[in-house]
Amino acid sequence: MNGAQDMGGLHGFGPVEPEQNEPVFHADWEKRAFALTLAMGTPGGWNIDMARSARENRPPGEYLSMSYYQLWFAGLETLLKERDLVNDDEIVAGHSLHPPKPVKRTLSPGDVAQVLYRGGPTERATNTQARFKVGDTVRAKNINPLTHTRLPRYVRGHEGTIERVIGCHVFPDSNARGAGENPQWLYTVRFDGRELWGEGADPTLKVSVDAWEPYLERA
Amino acid sequence: MSGHDYHDHDHSELTETQLRVRALETVLTEKGYVDPAALDLLIETYEKKVGPRNGARVVAKAWADPAYRARLFKDATPAIAELGYAGRQGEHIVALENTPQRHNMVVCTLCSCYPWPVLGLPPVWYKSAPYRSRAVADPRGVLKDFGVSLPKDTEIRVWDSTAEIRYLVIPMRPAGTDGWSEEKLAELVTRDSMIGTGLPKQPKDLK
Repeated sequence: MNGAQDMGGLHGFGPVEPEQNEPVFHADWEKRAFALTLAMGTPGGWNIDMARSARENRPPGEYLSMSYYQLWFAGLETLLKERDLVNDDEIVAGHSLHPPKPVKRTLSPGDVAQVLYRGGPTERATNTQARFKVGDTVRAKNINPLTHTRLPRYVRGHEGTIERVIGCHVFPDSNARGAGENPQWLYTVRFDGRELWGEGADPTLKVSVDAWEPYLERA
Repeated sequence: MSGHDYHDHDHSELTETQLRVRALETVLTEKGYVDPAALDLLIETYEKKVGPRNGARVVAKAWADPAYRARLFKDATPAIAELGYAGRQGEHIVALENTPQRHNMVVCTLCSCYPWPVLGLPPVWYKSAPYRSRAVADPRGVLKDFGVSLPKDTEIRVWDSTAEIRYLVIPMRPAGTDGWSEEKLAELVTRDSMIGTGLPKQPKDLK
């Protein structure tokens, strides 16, 4: 979706303001929202693309008015409610009011280290051939799906060069919709700064995105 | 939740968030979906164990050990796993080599993708609209916000982390460090130098 999460090239947000000796979290509720999100991934059964989609799928003004962990928390509430794991009346009451839905497993303290160490690799075996090779000129398609995508607006319609053939990876546009992993070849595509931003761009600038094959066409 | 104190009373709208987070944790705990001890462990992991000191060890080893450096640039994920760093948000890592001709900078314009096993959780500025919007269009302007200025003809190479590939910048080894141990070299490696918004410390910066 063409939402506020897709920020590359927007103006007006002001300078980047690094914080000296920044703590990992800025409030206790941030810690709990972070940990709840990670821990609920086990019984919740959603994937990372569904989680990203749940965070970004909201009106731009709302997205921009929320802090990072507020977005995480709002995304978590969405994912839980979609699956009837929690109802609104329970969040208001601050207590469970309905019997729990059976879940396959939960995250026990003993599993934490192993689950984090394992992570969630997204490369998949394939017997298909990559359509593009290193050095090919490609164009990012002008697509505007209403659902989750990872092709930023600022590269759409622009020509770039295949810099790396990464492998075959889970395709977020399908995975976020519950339409399966639908693995696709993934490439690093490098764009010249002037191709993206015009003649006034920094002549030394090159920008790459990692783009799945369905995002690309031969130029 | 008893045992946790919810401070940050600065903003009333955050108080509502605090209450809602606490309420949800209670509901999920009562339903048996989460174990608060597992939550504590997740928090402790990213507050205490996983952070940019991990990445600094990788960089220092790449500076000191040519064979390791070669393995790192060939396939960073197993090379980094040699030091015990792997897993969530670092399943597929690529190391980027800074040279006198080229400076690498990493961003995630779409959310906050960041190599957790080597850098920990991202700082607020990395996730913020100013950085995500400007890094791909005006990286030299962003570098200026960090007090960094590079030669006019240095190529600025920005990597937008739009997939599950995570990028780690390997900055150039500072001069005057010949014969230094990996431990001492690691003290020169800053978090920002591994994102590409900063440079490593110089020997004179170490007390």
